[in-house]
Amino acid sequence: MGLKIKSMKYEDFQDNDTLEIFKQSGGNILMTTIDDIVNWGRSNSIWPLTFATSCCGIEMMAAGAPRHDFSRFGMEVYRATPRQADVIVVAGTIVHKMAPVLKRLYDQMADPKYVIAMGACACSGGPFYYNTYSVVRGVDHVIPVDVYVPGCPPRPEALLYGVLQLQRKMKTDTMRSPRDPMENYI
Amino acid sequence: MEKEQLGQVLSELFPSLEINTSQDPVRVKADTGSIHSLAMTLRDDSRFQFDYLFNMYGIDREDRFTLVYYLESTIFRHIVAIETDLADHDNPVVESISDLWKTAEFQEREIYDLMGVSFTNHPDPRRLFLEDGWAFPLRKDYKDDINFIER
Amino acid sequence: MQEVELQDILTAREDGDYIINIGPQHPSTHGVLRFVVSLKGEMLEYVIPHCGYIHRGIEKMCERLTYPQIIHLTDRMDYLSAHMNNEAVSLLVEKATGVEVPERVKYIRTILSELQRIQSHQLWWAAFGMDMGGLTCFFYGLRDREKILDIFEESFGSRLLHSYICPGGVMNDIHPNFQKRTKEFIKYFRKKLPEYDELLTGNIIFEMRTKGMGVLSKGEAISYGLTGPPGRASNFACDIRKLYPYSAYDKVEFKEILYTEGDTWARYKVRMAEMWESMKIIEQLIDNIPEGDFTIKMKPVIRLPEGEYSQRVETARGELGVYVVSKGEKTPYRMHFRTPNFSNLFVMNRLAAGNKIADLIAISGSLDLVIPDIDR
Repeated sequence: MGLKIKSMKYEDFQDNDTLEIFKQSGGNILMTTIDDIVNWGRSNSIWPLTFATSCCGIEMMAAGAPRHDFSRFGMEVYRATPRQADVIVVAGTIVHKMAPVLKRLYDQMADPKYVIAMGACACSGGPFYYNTYSVVRGVDHVIPVDVYVPGCPPRPEALLYGVLQLQRKMKTDTMRSPRDPMENYI
Repeated sequence: MEKEQLGQVLSELFPSLEINTSQDPVRVKADTGSIHSLAMTLRDDSRFQFDYLFNMYGIDREDRFTLVYYLESTIFRHIVAIETDLADHDNPVVESISDLWKTAEFQEREIYDLMGVSFTNHPDPRRLFLEDGWAFPLRKDYKDDINFIER
Repeated sequence: MQEVELQDILTAREDGDYIINIGPQHPSTHGVLRFVVSLKGEMLEYVIPHCGYIHRGIEKMCERLTYPQIIHLTDRMDYLSAHMNNEAVSLLVEKATGVEVPERVKYIRTILSELQRIQSHQLWWAAFGMDMGGLTCFFYGLRDREKILDIFEESFGSRLLHSYICPGGVMNDIHPNFQKRTKEFIKYFRKKLPEYDELLTGNIIFEMRTKGMGVLSKGEAISYGLTGPPGRASNFACDIRKLYPYSAYDKVEFKEILYTEGDTWARYKVRMAEMWESMKIIEQLIDNIPEGDFTIKMKPVIRLPEGEYSQRVETARGELGVYVVSKGEKTPYRMHFRTPNFSNLFVMNRLAAGNKIADLIAISGSLDLVIPDIDR
């Protein structure tokens, strides 16, 4: 209650508006039109994998439930098998015993595949960064991540924002040079 | 049974035990060797009927390990905590009580996994959470330079 | 571990059995639990649960954190009973330092615990219905759950992990709307809960899949340390709220729900009845929250006197015990959590063996497992 947040300018919320600049130019009219159609279809039917390790999974369920309903954005069908999924939302802590399983799940997914790291644990280890012996500090040690959604746990709206960012990213893909997720991944 | 009465009956039955009734619950200190027979008596004696093992855990006291068993009787609703010291810090061994309470089987596996206390006569003496080859993390001398960032 | 497992698989295969691996990534395990299942045809021979896929080492972390910091870790163990987990550590610290909290705090804590219990059971109902193939349950359950989360959000600013209950009281006072909105919710939910029964409870398919499945006797339930709704479904009176009342539970009247069947159906019915009881408890308290401080001043650095302390509370899933060995420092020397799901999980083999594989999902759903609570 008596808590006041110093107001933030609206422009500050408009982060990463340079994403579209990375879109490669130079394709002919036919190719870019096909690209647009394919990307439109792809980005509006993202099927996530039901992969939840801990608390963030509950918020992911809430995001799919009536109040937040992320099927509005095409994330409609939760798939239980990685072979039918487009995006893996890593919701929760990844520990050393789970890391090989996650890598295997990622490898089983068909290209093009995307990763959303949901929550502080998946982004960086979060509250389990210090003093623990079994936590992988950030899921990007195991698989390449496209979108990071911070928060412990992030609100469903934050996940929706992350999904919208992923859709923007998917719309920059081209067929001429298919995106390699392992590119620049150490 | 009230605490004092419970302590009295226990000390009559086992004169060698160290019994502390001032705390809540009653604390009993037992020999490592006699833990199984003591637990069996506490479970089967009609005066005690401690049929519910609701917790057990180990403490690394640097020179020795201490195991604590919490028993409750669902009939009389009295509680007792049994402590036992494992003097050999490098290779602590104690007899398993998993034949008396089913839940002990997994509590003991957890203690073995995290503390490195071995249980004899255990039906399934594997590690529970961690993979083979990990050091026992809840020991005070646990060291891991790669995975453990201390603060 | 590998050797024993391999041996199991080899010996079983000679008999012509299947070994099936369910998990760690499987939607019906509600997280990252793994079952190794041996099948003879469609019948289960044995089920070995493997855990540790979300073992985060919370007990080790606690040894280096102060007591107010530990509160934030307990949220993340059983995230659907976050308030009860906070309360357990807070009660322990208060007991050890000899602090008496104001009446207002006790009332608020009790109301919050019960709201959390309803919220948890709603989510369980949603997930359980979905496990059995009824997707509508998921929508009904989460629709009503959002109403409770709104109340939480208004008062504590977060939906799931609140860290609201702290040693000495609560973090800040409840929102002025809290009482009004809670009463509105109770009124709303009293109308909606019969809908749950109409949808699932009377369904003949559901009844046939749950009645007589996974029966556990009272003696076995005690031996396995099964607590919470699964324990009470086997007629094991294990409700800590009744046996060792804490906070304001000694001031309210409620019934401990006990069933004697001990099957999946009874475990389902216990939770449905508990939602009614929780609403009764809230109604008794919500109008009588006494005025006063919402917290008392604790010392800036909380040190527990040397000794061993324990505290048991009833979460939505069973008995949570917190055990602390203190050496008079500001951090515990050893901290142990006796979590309800840990004991509840390992009854799986006993419950499921001899049933069909489809019933494994129903049985594990009826235990309402939260995996980070098992692994800690």
